[in-house]
Amino acid sequence: MLAVSASQLMAARDQMALSLGFHIVLSCFGVAFPTLIYIVHRRGIRGDADALVLAKRWSKVAAVLFAVGAVSGTVLSFEMGLLWPGLMSRFGDVIGLPFALEGIAFFVEAIFMGIYLYGWGRLSPRTHLRTLIPMMVSGVVGTFCVVAVNAWMNSPSGFRAVGSGAALTVTAVQPWTAMFNNAVWLQFLHMFIAAYMVTGFVAAAVYASGMRKGRRDRVHRLGFTVAFAVATIAAIAQPLVGHVAGMRLAEHQPTKLAAMELAATTEHNAPLILGGVLIDGKVYGAIEIPGLSSLLSRGWFNRDVPGLDIVPTADQPPANVVHNSFQIMVAIGTALVLFSVWFWWRRRRGHDSFDSRWFLRLAVVAGPAAVLALESGWTTTEVGRQPWIVYGVLRVKDAVTPNGGIWISFSVILIVYAGLATITYRVIRSMSRRWRDNGEIDLPTPYGPPAEKEPVAVS
Amino acid sequence: MSLADLCAALMFFGVIAYSIFAGADFGSGVWDLLAGNAERGGALRHQIDRSIGPVWEANHVWLIYVLVFMWTAFPRPFSAMITTLFVPWLFVALGIVLRGSGFAFRKFAETLSQARFYGAAFAASSVITPFFLGMIAGAIASGRVSLEHGGLITSWTGPTSWVGGVLAVLTCSFLAATFLAADSSRAGDHELARYCGRRALVSGIASGTVAMFAILPIEVDAKTLADGLQGRAAPFVVISAVAGAFALWRLSAQRYARARVGAVIAVAAVVIGWGVAQYPDVLVDHATIADTAGARSTLFGLLIVFAIAAVTAVPAMVWLFVLVNRRDWASDAHEAPLASPSSQQG
Repeated sequence: MLAVSASQLMAARDQMALSLGFHIVLSCFGVAFPTLIYIVHRRGIRGDADALVLAKRWSKVAAVLFAVGAVSGTVLSFEMGLLWPGLMSRFGDVIGLPFALEGIAFFVEAIFMGIYLYGWGRLSPRTHLRTLIPMMVSGVVGTFCVVAVNAWMNSPSGFRAVGSGAALTVTAVQPWTAMFNNAVWLQFLHMFIAAYMVTGFVAAAVYASGMRKGRRDRVHRLGFTVAFAVATIAAIAQPLVGHVAGMRLAEHQPTKLAAMELAATTEHNAPLILGGVLIDGKVYGAIEIPGLSSLLSRGWFNRDVPGLDIVPTADQPPANVVHNSFQIMVAIGTALVLFSVWFWWRRRRGHDSFDSRWFLRLAVVAGPAAVLALESGWTTTEVGRQPWIVYGVLRVKDAVTPNGGIWISFSVILIVYAGLATITYRVIRSMSRRWRDNGEIDLPTPYGPPAEKEPVAVS
Repeated sequence: MSLADLCAALMFFGVIAYSIFAGADFGSGVWDLLAGNAERGGALRHQIDRSIGPVWEANHVWLIYVLVFMWTAFPRPFSAMITTLFVPWLFVALGIVLRGSGFAFRKFAETLSQARFYGAAFAASSVITPFFLGMIAGAIASGRVSLEHGGLITSWTGPTSWVGGVLAVLTCSFLAATFLAADSSRAGDHELARYCGRRALVSGIASGTVAMFAILPIEVDAKTLADGLQGRAAPFVVISAVAGAFALWRLSAQRYARARVGAVIAVAAVVIGWGVAQYPDVLVDHATIADTAGARSTLFGLLIVFAIAAVTAVPAMVWLFVLVNRRDWASDAHEAPLASPSSQQG
């Protein structure tokens, strides 16, 4: 394989990061939104007219988000080959099965999405409601399968590597062992719960924003409460899962743990380093809490936390990025737990938090904050694996495409996705404004001119 | 038939399904592009939304299915193919993004000018995407993709690629016009059905003519494919010609449901013919199924995955198609009448 320049590699990594960072948000809605819709739809057909209004509106929003998610997910499947042929040519048959199963889950989800969206007024209410269940199940299966591949990259198994670097070949392939690698269960749970957090907090933020503008009707209150309830359950479960997932890093991915903890050298009774940057082996600008890193990541004070120096410099991940993105995720996750528990505690005591300007303001911030936590967590695990694409086996630079000009495709993707994000946001905003102003649920498509003649157009 | 052959057949099954189902969706975009201004084209665009709206995402997944089956069962040919055909795959990716999002955005557009903008993105990319997919097929079929890293441009710009691109757009248009004629006839809009039927006839004749004369450049440019088409795959070429003639005959009699069956068989037979003609190669002249198949345990795993799909996705898909072909699904939902004046137009 041809030698690949550093800037070429960087462009490929940036393109992958952008495509994944974009799609991961939409995939959260693909996984968790059907459950939210199910809750309000079920309430709706049992006689709650406001809940039925929410179900109809959410299903239309889902139609837009799923379409953008479907196409951005397709781009990712292309990019596995376009950007990382060195990974796919060697390991395509090692990690192919979870991808294939994910394809089936995607099939089922897309089919039932079509049936559900067009089923309003056409299927019996009970049958129509039930078409959401296969979507929820494919959310579970799809997340598991995609995360299985990522977990395998962190904790590779199910093959024997012969040679190394660009000359690496693979034998003794056991695809099911690769799929059910020992990192998959916790990483899957962590991502699955994150999807429910993101969807719940973002949907709640939309209604909190409406309430801030004085729209305190029951549709807004119900929309907020359902989404926030789902988000709360997820937010409380998340730190537990995340903690257990982190505990196993010392054994399976010590360099990632070292980077997350900003540990230059292996230490007994290691301090927890809050914030800070590592320059030339020294930590600057951090708050240190003695012994806490050993306690949190290893389970007790007197245990060793591995440092970056267990491997040569060339094999160390960029610790500052990993450390700070990890701590942003933990900080936001913790704040979201406290914030949501606060709401339910006040509610139990009879306080209406919707009257509190501060509460609504924070609830609006919680939506983007949950997305930021998601992106930070994903950055932690991806950058923490560097310089490996398959941890300890294959380097990213040995997997990247030999084709030049990745900066061009990266720029095109950047422009297209920026436009896509803007339009998605504006289309959904416009839908919500029309629901509010016209009071109708259906949004008729303007195929033809309303009254006066329109000029001739291409389309 | 070996295990690797079986996996190749299952992968190719996805190619056939994608060609027909997504092909009809792409072709609808072609007709959307050619439907004229908002006033004249309103009724057709409305019918396109109703016809492909519920199914396009599911139909699109066949492409993912094919890619995943290829990289799992044939990792080395997959990597070589996508690396050599880097440029057309990028265009396909771009086309898929613009088509899917443009279509979804138009459905919920607020004003006519927005609908026109999103519609233009949907319609234009519905031409670009099948064209480049056809060029990719032509590149592989003419033996320009090897296991080495091939020319970034020359690999997919040979005569067979052009034939593939043009034929892909034409057959998609033929399928779509036939499907749309059947759908609008079922929905009771007979004027629109005749409009689509005429377009089906024209694109059907064009597809047949191009397919017939395509053998000339293929003979020169893609020897292995030409031999296969005239030998082992000849029955499929004949089936395609007969089914295509049947479709045109039924179209001229305005029997659209029958015509649709003929059109599907005609296109499926051409695609199957291509597959049979290049067997046992994955990459024509460069990589055989037997030599480049992945690990046996994985191929066996793929059979299990396919069995899972057969009991989950396939029945669901059958249900979806049964639903959308019911009369009450062909027209608008019962919730509220559409305010659009175009729904009353002819």
